[in-house]
Amino acid sequence: MNAANYLYVSALLFTIGAVGVVVRRNAIVVFMCVELMLNAANLAFVTFSRINGNLDGQVVAFFTMVVAACEVVVGLAIIVTIYRSRRSASVDDASLLKR
Amino acid sequence: MLINNGLVYLIALPLAGAAILLLAGRRSDKWGHILATLLSAASFSVGLLQLSQMLARPTGQRAVEQKLFEWISVGTFKVDAGLMLDQLSICFVLLITGVGTLIHIYSISYMSHDHDRRRFFAYLNLFIAAMLLLVLGNSYLNLYVGWEGVGLASYLLIGFWNQKPAYATASKKAFIMNRVGDMGLSFAIMIAFASLGTFSFAGIKEAAPHASTASLTAIGIMLLVAATGKSAQFPLQAWLGDAMAGPTPVSALIHAATMVTAGVYLITRSNFIFDAAPTAQLLVIIVGAITLLFGAVIGTAKDDIKKALAASTMSQIGYMILGAGLGPVGYAFAIMHLLTHGFFKAGMFLGAGSVMHGMDDEVNMRKYGNLRKFMPITFVTFGLGYLAILGVPPFAGFYSKDKIIETAFNAGGIRGLLIGSAALLGAGLTAFYMTRVMILTFTGAPRWDEKAHPHESPILMWLPMAILAIGSVSSGFLLSRGNALVNWLAPLFAEHAEKAEVLKPVVVTSLALLMVVIGVVIAFMKYSRGEVSSVAPEDVSALTKIVRRDLLQDDFNEAVFMRTGQGITNTLVKTDELVIDGLVRGVGSAALGSAGALRKSQTGFVRSYAAWILLGAVVLVAAIWLVTL
Repeated sequence: MNAANYLYVSALLFTIGAVGVVVRRNAIVVFMCVELMLNAANLAFVTFSRINGNLDGQVVAFFTMVVAACEVVVGLAIIVTIYRSRRSASVDDASLLKR
Repeated sequence: MLINNGLVYLIALPLAGAAILLLAGRRSDKWGHILATLLSAASFSVGLLQLSQMLARPTGQRAVEQKLFEWISVGTFKVDAGLMLDQLSICFVLLITGVGTLIHIYSISYMSHDHDRRRFFAYLNLFIAAMLLLVLGNSYLNLYVGWEGVGLASYLLIGFWNQKPAYATASKKAFIMNRVGDMGLSFAIMIAFASLGTFSFAGIKEAAPHASTASLTAIGIMLLVAATGKSAQFPLQAWLGDAMAGPTPVSALIHAATMVTAGVYLITRSNFIFDAAPTAQLLVIIVGAITLLFGAVIGTAKDDIKKALAASTMSQIGYMILGAGLGPVGYAFAIMHLLTHGFFKAGMFLGAGSVMHGMDDEVNMRKYGNLRKFMPITFVTFGLGYLAILGVPPFAGFYSKDKIIETAFNAGGIRGLLIGSAALLGAGLTAFYMTRVMILTFTGAPRWDEKAHPHESPILMWLPMAILAIGSVSSGFLLSRGNALVNWLAPLFAEHAEKAEVLKPVVVTSLALLMVVIGVVIAFMKYSRGEVSSVAPEDVSALTKIVRRDLLQDDFNEAVFMRTGQGITNTLVKTDELVIDGLVRGVGSAALGSAGALRKSQTGFVRSYAAWILLGAVVLVAAIWLVTL
């Protein structure tokens, strides 16, 4: 199969993720959309690795997964803390920094 | 030149007095004035001692000098602070310390009611020291220090009663106008150093014949500017009238007898420059002739007795400057007039002080009248000074002023005729305004205010006046007997051939006396017959009004220099505010404004940040894509 198709899927996933981050209010959903974007990038990396015939992209994909795992741990902890104090997981409610 | 290490005491004694009185402060209130007077007298004694030693030496070895210390030493360039006493300086030393001591004695009584008398005496001693440094310095640089010193003392003493704003302003005016002259002196010194390579009088005298006429003329003109500032000569004359704000002894010492004659000293001392620069010399004559008429004309309309005397001083110094401008024939006569003037004008100022003392500090002559009955000693001493300034033989002014008029005529040609006539006319005007002062003050009906209780002044005041009056009577005769002063000073000046006499001395004397008689008669007709109003009449001719306003000297200075200066200053201030401050403030307000605008984008909504980041990323990718396409 043509390798470019994987790239199309990657772009599609990235777009879905980006739109999700911008339009959704629920922090958990926004978080999942971020993960979607990361994995879209991973898919692109792996595809390029395949196209170029070396392992560089594969290695970076593993890196990304490790970073994403760490990010999930920290991010979810923050979301849970915010939810506990504010009884809401909406990202728009946590807009205190503008003042 | 002989070395004499005693010269420094002349200056050190009064300087120590000033230092002690100023540093000891109120503790010396009780004895400060006595110490100051004694130190001034001690300085006078040192001067007399120096004179006796000088007289004992042959003509060629009369000058002595003393090196004080190495002042400036930069590589091979060295300037010593040194003093020099020669036949010219000794005249000044004795005048300054002699008249100075008399005025110290006078001030003990005159200032006795002033709680700041100690400070006054400290400044007087400071002045004496600075003036002595001025006439004793052996180079222009040393002279300059004294020159600035007397300017400072003059400023401090004019503004002695600086609690009155008008007096404080008068002192500032004197100081600022003097600065213009001082600038001339510093330029003269710089040009002299650049073209002749030395500061010392001896060195410049040696180098002057080899220098170019252009540089000598430039030095001469700059020295003249300096002299006009210090000696209140046209066009820098306007400060002298206001300087009368100072206590009367100050007017007598600084603004009549000594400091204002420093310009005459400067020109006479620089004779080797002026002799070689005819253009500068001509300018000196013109300045002298203009000022002697200018001052005399102002004197005719002044009702303030001190200002009338100040105008007279200006006029008489005009005579001296004129004499000094006439070259080697005139220098000695200028100095002679300076010395006789020192006696009679100081005496008359002290007389004016004595009158004010009795009249509750009233200075308006229209409020005097008939004081001769109540102040006989003041009347007699003032009267002797009056006869001396008029040039009535055998009083002092006759010998000195006639000689200047005669020498002016002998300058020859149309020039001699012009300046001679100006000097003659000045003599007539002098007779008029001085007679007016005499009539208004001492004769006629009393026009006093209620508060005035005229009485004769105490002995400490009339004794100095009497001594100065004796000087006014005899000094002219003594100085001119057998050409004493002329021969005494002759070694300092270039040799000169006797000029052909344009007018015989008898003719000049008769003409001068005729002018004096005319002036006196007019004054008598105008002021002695009938009542004198105690308020200056308002319905006078436009000319009188102009003269009352000092011939518009202040209006001219204000319109031409002050307003222009203010305009320039205002423009610069506006430029500073709009352009320079505008730039600085512009940067600040631009940062502030743009920050205010950008702040609105910081909404605090995470999603909008994310949208912006996304937009930025898209734009970046699009840009890269477009570039690489």
